[in-house]
Amino acid sequence: MAIEQVSVFIENQPGRLLQILSLLAEEGIDLSAYSVAETSDFGILRIIVHDTDAAVAALKSHGFTAKKTEVLGLLIPNKTGSSVQAVELLSAAGINIEYTYAFVMPRAEEAFVLLRVEDNAPAEQLLRAAGIRTLEHGEIF
Amino acid sequence: MPSNRYFQPEIETASRDYLHAIQSARLIRMVKNCYENVPFYRRKFDEIGLLPEDIHSIDDIVKLPFTIKQDLRDNYPYGLFAVPPKQLIRIHASSGTTGKQTVVGYTQEDVLHWAQGAARALVAAGCTKDDYVHVSYGYGLFTGGLGLHDGAALLGATVIPVSSGNTQRQVQILQDFHSDFLCCTPSYAMFIGETVAEMGIDPKTLPLRGGLFGAEPWTPNMRAEIERLLDIKAQDIYGLSEIAGPGVSYDCEAFDGLHVCEDYFYPEIIDPDTLQPLPDGESGELVFTCIGKEALPLVRYRTRDISSLTHETCSCGRTIVRMRKPVGRSDDMLIIRGVNVFPSQVEHVILSQGLDPNYQIHVDRADNLDVMTVVVELSEAMFSDSVSAIEVAERKLKNAMLSTLGVSANIKLVNPRSLPRSEGKAKRVFDNRGLIDYNVGNH
Repeated sequence: MAIEQVSVFIENQPGRLLQILSLLAEEGIDLSAYSVAETSDFGILRIIVHDTDAAVAALKSHGFTAKKTEVLGLLIPNKTGSSVQAVELLSAAGINIEYTYAFVMPRAEEAFVLLRVEDNAPAEQLLRAAGIRTLEHGEIF
Repeated sequence: MPSNRYFQPEIETASRDYLHAIQSARLIRMVKNCYENVPFYRRKFDEIGLLPEDIHSIDDIVKLPFTIKQDLRDNYPYGLFAVPPKQLIRIHASSGTTGKQTVVGYTQEDVLHWAQGAARALVAAGCTKDDYVHVSYGYGLFTGGLGLHDGAALLGATVIPVSSGNTQRQVQILQDFHSDFLCCTPSYAMFIGETVAEMGIDPKTLPLRGGLFGAEPWTPNMRAEIERLLDIKAQDIYGLSEIAGPGVSYDCEAFDGLHVCEDYFYPEIIDPDTLQPLPDGESGELVFTCIGKEALPLVRYRTRDISSLTHETCSCGRTIVRMRKPVGRSDDMLIIRGVNVFPSQVEHVILSQGLDPNYQIHVDRADNLDVMTVVVELSEAMFSDSVSAIEVAERKLKNAMLSTLGVSANIKLVNPRSLPRSEGKAKRVFDNRGLIDYNVGNH
């Protein structure tokens, strides 16, 4: 079980992010979540959309570099401190979190957390054993 | 020896003694022509007290003074010509972007000799009179287009004079007109190859068998890339408009140095500092004397190209001298924090890391320090959702640059196919230090 994420390379130039976001909007691709990682030289935009293949194809046809990656998706209560448990579990098991971001649906009781680790399977097992719900791609839309 | 391996076996496989004899006869006639018809040379010969009678054989070439590109500019446009206009049949000029162009002229004989050089190159690449030769060099003042055109016509092949540009149409013609050989700059060959892939065409389905590429320096890695993209054998054809155009020297199937048409264009290697001739195998500046040329008989013209020579007989059977593929023109050479850097070295590093050889080199000066930035197109394989993975690949490229060039370079990644593609000579170097424009010249 995993969530499909699309990563897009962003050149270090003003207006690049805008260009990518406008392109996705024009193509009618609805973003459920996104995050940007940046270095001094370049950035990576990570997005969660329903139809990942369509997004990758649209981006590539416009000359952008895009790739699909499977990340872990967790469903946790929308309450103070609720992500502490998940991160604690992984860290105790020595599983390194490469990056993570989260989003909340409006007025929702729960929140989605996206996690990128080296190997999804053991991390997922660990979290589920502790009663944390992990999600499949279709479940967040 | 089957005769279709060489265009002119009587020259290409002649004995060294025979070549020495022709060269001697031609040098004697040329020096006389220069002395009598080019005031610039008469003055230069007078300055060192040299008379045409002092030249007895090609070995006396070392007594002659050198000619440099500035001499052509100073005598712009026709000042170094040795014949009156009624004997000229063609003018070409360099693609120089700043300052005065260098202008060259040809008589009927000169054009024939040049075409022979290009025809020798075509035959060495396996071309026959049954073949279609697709010329995508630009036609015009630039020597590329008409040079290969005349060579292919002299051979009796069928010329398809496409000229450069409109790349999708080039591919259409490659498919429909049954082009057997492609002639253009190596950077344009890359572009055509990428376009073939983009159009979803399997290069194996194209009739194309070979290509002759020149007019800019290129690396063995780039050759491999072109051969892969177009499924052909890619051979180098060297020339510079001051001497002739493409056809001054050329690859054979051995790929072990370029065979020089030394019956017309006599090569020497000199130490660029002491100006003394260097023996076979030693690297130095390549110098040509146009011993067979009537209109523009340049004496010991310094090309600024770095090469070496060998007079050993090649495994292809040719006895004519070979020059090592120039690593770069000293005009193209950048001096970064005191270190000599050739764009071809940068290209080599990029290709060795599995990246596309479309790149740019930007040089700036920050706080009196030269800063070199190499702009590289990211490959699919190099891209990852993880910042650290890309940084590792970037660092690998940076380290490879440092160890090959001896000077550090910043790496700037851009999207695949986002750098401009060239239909002729690629502009890759952007020197923003306000010193010199390195893209002048006409290789």
